[in-house]
This record gives sequence, structure tokens and C-alpha cells, in this order.
Amino acid sequence: MVRKEMIAMLLAGGQGSRLGVLTHNVAKPAVAFGGKYRIIDFPLSNCINSGVDTVGVLTQYEPLKLNAHIGVGISWDLDRNVGGVMVLPPHEKSESSSWYSGTANAIYQNIDYMESYHPEYVLILSGDHIYKMDYEVMLGYHKAKGADVTIATMAVPWEEAPRFGIMVTDEDSRITEFQEKPAQPKSNLASMGIYIFSWNALKEALTTLKDVPGCDFGKHVIPYCHDKGEKIYSYEFSGYWKDVGTLGSYWEANMELVDLVPVFNLYEEYWKIYTKSSAMPPQYVAPSAHIERSIVAEGCEVEGCVEHSVIGARCVIEEGAVVRDSILMEDCHIGKGAVVEKAILADGVRVGEGSVLGVGEYAESRYDKKVYVFDLVTVGEGSVIPSGVKVGKNTAIWGETAPEDYPDGQLPSGGFIIKGGEQA
Amino acid sequence: MRAIGIVLAGGNNKRMRELTRKRAIAAMPVAGSYRSIDFALSSLSNSRIKKVAVLTQYNSRSLNEHLSSSKWWDFGRKMGGLYLFPPTITAESSDWYRGTADSLYQNLDFLRDCHEPYVVICPGDGVYKLDFNDVLAFHIDKQADITVVCKEMPQDADVSRFGVVQTDENDRILQFEEKPVVTDQRLVSCGIYVVRRRQLIEMIEQAAEEDRYDFVRDILVRYRQVKNIYAYRMSGYWNNISTVEAYYQTNMDFLKPEVRKYFFNEYPDVYSKVYDNPPTKYNTGCHVSGSLISSGCIINGTVENSVLFKKCYIGNGAVIKNSILLDDVYIADGVQIENCIVDGHSTIRSLEGFSGGLDHIRVISGDEKRF
Repeated sequence: MVRKEMIAMLLAGGQGSRLGVLTHNVAKPAVAFGGKYRIIDFPLSNCINSGVDTVGVLTQYEPLKLNAHIGVGISWDLDRNVGGVMVLPPHEKSESSSWYSGTANAIYQNIDYMESYHPEYVLILSGDHIYKMDYEVMLGYHKAKGADVTIATMAVPWEEAPRFGIMVTDEDSRITEFQEKPAQPKSNLASMGIYIFSWNALKEALTTLKDVPGCDFGKHVIPYCHDKGEKIYSYEFSGYWKDVGTLGSYWEANMELVDLVPVFNLYEEYWKIYTKSSAMPPQYVAPSAHIERSIVAEGCEVEGCVEHSVIGARCVIEEGAVVRDSILMEDCHIGKGAVVEKAILADGVRVGEGSVLGVGEYAESRYDKKVYVFDLVTVGEGSVIPSGVKVGKNTAIWGETAPEDYPDGQLPSGGFIIKGGEQA
Repeated sequence: MRAIGIVLAGGNNKRMRELTRKRAIAAMPVAGSYRSIDFALSSLSNSRIKKVAVLTQYNSRSLNEHLSSSKWWDFGRKMGGLYLFPPTITAESSDWYRGTADSLYQNLDFLRDCHEPYVVICPGDGVYKLDFNDVLAFHIDKQADITVVCKEMPQDADVSRFGVVQTDENDRILQFEEKPVVTDQRLVSCGIYVVRRRQLIEMIEQAAEEDRYDFVRDILVRYRQVKNIYAYRMSGYWNNISTVEAYYQTNMDFLKPEVRKYFFNEYPDVYSKVYDNPPTKYNTGCHVSGSLISSGCIINGTVENSVLFKKCYIGNGAVIKNSILLDDVYIADGVQIENCIVDGHSTIRSLEGFSGGLDHIRVISGDEKRF
């Protein structure tokens, strides 16, 4: 018989719409981070480093990149005879078929998968945070408290508390009250979206709530368990934890990695972060190059100038080009003499010779006022920017753009060109 | 594929000086991110050869570590696999491998039990890419007994450390001379051979009976008149790392754009064990130019015209010129290094500076306390 003490269910189906064009055709957990990683690498690496070797990854939105990245889990040592990583997309059933309508609904639809491992505990994770955490320690806490549910929490600044789901606890860390994005928070302990459930408590709650539309852990399952009088504890985490849900926080979290001694240190031997990387060649820094305050991944060829930036694998930066305060994901190509300032370029973006990104004054976005408010040039996967054009600040570009798309050779600040996603 | 692969990775070479004190030549790091055996293994794998044996002896542990999993070269399959054969004590023999032919003889059972008709034999110290299917097609077309892969060296190259080959107009090898003192030949053997499996077994048994142990001297040279031995000329980059100077030069070759393009960007790829190092970090005040930098390095000082392997640390004000730093080297603040090879895991704190000459590369290793 197969038995696992604790299995993990990783919610990776969300779009992450606040990342704008970066997630137009890629699920948020598959977005590149820190030069060579993808966001999902952090929870997956935490799992294997914590000894959790059975992980179900729930996918729904644009899963291609995510599936290709996870494969059979070799990169995280999650290719196992028993357990390992398994991608769980929504599927047709004989009675009824539906998409995953909420976080808890997605887990409920995979109750058979969980049951096949006869787990005692189930760890619920989300695929959009950057952190290192030992789930085994959290499980120890869960057992010591005799809890039915343990929620990982983190103290946030009081002024930011209204943005989070807030947990009010007693002196024993038992949770007595929840406040979802409260105007007047009673506590500053925010939920990190990481839960450990004792299996029976989870199964019972999911089955009871199976008909709730859009069933969600924060909104439905946790309050249900609380009302039932189950023991819900707060596990306070004090390490680095970053939600990279917006373009601004994504840019900031990347830039923190280039600090002299980063708060989030990737250079420690202990608790490595793994990612899919076939053996890649070293990077070449040409005599004409200048690199400072940056991290640069494998296989890059740098002939130009790179300052205060994060450069992904296999990027080419030609002579005379300047990349400053920017994030380049994998396989980007910056042509001769081009200037890229305060920009996020997704995988495979090509910038033509002499083009300038990030010029002029800030202007309100005409594309999406909620998403694009960070002064950044955001360019979607596989986009092409022709030679000799000027792109203003707070802009969005996706697709193969041609000189005709830039009247007077420029895209003014706050503007956008969206040509991607069209079928050829 | 109709061949099995055998990598001869057991040898030592005094001309590698201190560099092979703690590792086999086949485990020498090359070009920042690889080990020299990766080139042979990747070529075998990319030629769709499924079953490969690595014969190890000298400092074999370093190689075992690198080959601890065969999945990096895609050998871990139900059919075939990657086998490590160090010398072993049996009922018949308790000898070390006394030579290349002897190492094959001691593993004759492996050769007998295979069903593939051909064998590709290659050394673990070559840096190249080669499709063995092309060599095999040549071998069959020529109806050769043995095919030797050869490389035409440039006019100014010193070929005295190689075996030089003289052929007729039909590529049949007429003369084979090991490490000639004087020669005007430019065609050298790369130490890569294709032989029919039964033919190989027969020749190896014959040699063993006569107490002969060396594949080149006792088989190639001895049988060159009797057997059909042909030279296959390979066209791409090839070098081997059997001396410190050759090792230095091979690494420095990767600073040339055409060599990088050939190995890093053209099909097929070269594979190696994956180490999951973070990206390399360039801090304020660093100056890096004309250099190859591997993953996981942290650079504060100056690096010029050099090759840095994985996880090197360069302190503030340190200056590295025309040098090769192997894996996990720690260079403290202000240290100057020129024309040197710094051995892996070294910690260098001495402010006196180290410099070799371009004609005599200095090998240094430091075991000072790191923190």
C-alpha cells in the first residue's frame, strides 16, 4: 500500500492578471524570476528540501510553459517511483464537468488523487510567492498543537494590513477571528496562503462545501472550519517572503537580488533553489562590456553595458547597448546601441538596433490604469521591437511590432501596442 | 545505433603536473561549465549510442562523483546505460589495468555480452563534437578493420605529444608513430577508434596472450601492415588536454567567438552534470572584460582575459589576468594573479601576487582559511 504522511497541493492555475502582458500567455507561476528561476521553483524547491516528495500541481490558465517546465520533476528530484510531482489539470467527469472555480474547488476536484496516497496531512501552497520555508518544521508545529488546520502567517506593517487576510489570535496562537482585507485591522498577522490540514478535517470541509460556487480557502473553507470549532492555529513565519503579484513588487523583488548582500540570499549552499536547467554554457563578457550591480545567468553574451539589472539565461546584449534598472528574462536579444531603461522584458524579446526604451516623462496608462502604474516598460513574451524607435515610460508591448506601429518612430509614455495572441 | 561506446578514462599524465594530483584527467574541468569527459559522453549520446562503459583507474573517485547519475547525458534508460568499470579482483586476475588494451581485456565479458556489432573507443581527455554515425559509415564504406579518427593540425602546431599518422591517397594508414621527436606530418590521431566488436575481441585476446597491454603500440602500430586501418579526418574543433599548456590553451580557445559558437550555440549541445548554481553576481566596482564566467560566481574585483569556473569569489581590488580559476576558488581582497591556473577549491590570500609566464603557466593552489 502507498502511504505518505504529508502531500502537497500547489495551486498554480491563476492568471496573475496584475502582471499585465507578462502573463498574457503564461501562467504566473511560470514567469521567470531572478535570472534563471521561475516563480514556481520556490515552492517546489521548498517541498523537496522539506522532505515533501509528493506534490500535485493544479494548473488551469495557460499551462504550456508550466507543464514544459515541470516535466516529470527531474530538476527538483521529484521524479519518484512513488509520489513525485504530478500536474493536475481540470478534467471531464462522467457526471459533471467544470473548470476549477476556486482554490478549494480545485482541491476538491482532485480528492481522488489525494486519497490515493492515504495522507495524514495535506499542505496547500500557492505558486506565486518568493520565499524559503521548511514545511517540516511547520508540520511539527501542527502536530505539537494538535491542530486541525495550521495557517502560516506573517507580521506585516500595520498600514499594509488592510491589503491582507488578517488573523486574530489568542496568547496560544490559536486563531479566534478572521478579517478579510479589513479597514480597521485588529491584528497585523497576515495569512501567507500556506495551510496544513489534517486530512479528515480537509476532506470533511471540502465535501460539505462542494456545492459552494467558487469555493475558496480564505473565504469559505477556513471560516467553515472555524465555525465548526476546529482548532486553527497560526504558525508565525519571520523569514523573507515576497508576493510578486504586481509589476512593481515583481520588479522590486528582482532588484533586491543585486544588492551587495541580498536579504534573500541565493548563494547559500543550504536550502538550494532548483530549476529546470539543462547544462548551460558559461557566460561571455566581451572586452567592450561593462557590468556592474547585476546578476547574469548562464549562456549570456554581453558586449554592451549592464547596470543594476537582472539578466536571464542566454541573453545577448550587443556592443554599445545599455541595459539599466531592468529585468531581462531568458533568450532576450538587445541590438547594437539600443537603450533599455526601467523595463521588464519577458522571454525571447528582441529589441532592434538603436531603439530606446523608457524615455520621457511618466504618463497614466491608456491600456490598464490599475496594472500599469509603476513607470516600467513591460514587454510580453516573444515580442519584437524594431530598430530605431523610442518607447516612453509606463508602456506595454506584446507581439511582433513593426516600424508602422510607432507613429513618428515612437510610442509615447502611457501608450501600448498589443499584437500578440493573434492566430497566424 | 549499432555500436557501444567505451571511454578510456583511467590514465594519468605527469605533464598535467599538480592539476591531476586529486582528480583524473577525464574529470578535469573545461570551459567553465564542463568536465573533459562530457565532450566524449555528449558525442556518444548525441550519436544515439545507448550503452557506454567508462574504464577508470587513476583517481577514479573524482570521476565517480561526476558520473554519479547518468541522466545528465540521457543514458539512464531501460535499454543500455552508463557503466563504470574500475579494475577489480577476480578469480583469474588481481592486476591493475596495465595499459589500454589490458583494460579492455579485463572487461572482455562486457564486450562479449553485447550484441551491437561495432565498438567506439574514445579517450576522456578530448574536447570536440563528433557524430560517430559518420565515422561508422566511413568505416563500413572502407571495409576497414579499424578506423582511427584523425585531425589535421595547423602548420605551426607542435605535434610531438600526439601519435602522427601517414596515409595513402585512399586514407589507409601506412605509418603510425607515437610522440615523434621530429616529423613533418600534420595528421594526428585523436585516440578515437571504431572497430567491429568481434574483431576487437580477437585482437585484444591475441595481445593478452603475448603479454602486450597497449592498444596503440601493440595493436595499431603492430598490425598496421596486416589489417586495414583507415584514417577518418574530422573537420570541427579538436584538442586534448594532456599537458598543462594544452589545458590552458584549450580553455583560452573558448574566448574566441567561433569556438564558443561551435560548442555553445550550434547543434548538438554538450551536456554536463547540473549544479543549480545561482546566476553570477557583479557587484559595484567590478571590471570584467574578455572573460568566460560560469554560474554562481561573485565578482568584486577585476577580471581580464580569463576563464572563471563555477562559484568563484573575487574580492575587492583583486586583479585576475590571463588566468584560469577552477571551481570554487576564493580570491581575497587585493590579490593579484597573472598567467596562472588556480586549482579548484583554493583560497588565496597572499598579497605578494602570483604570476607565471606565457610560456610557462604557473599552477597554484592555496589552502588558507577561507573565513
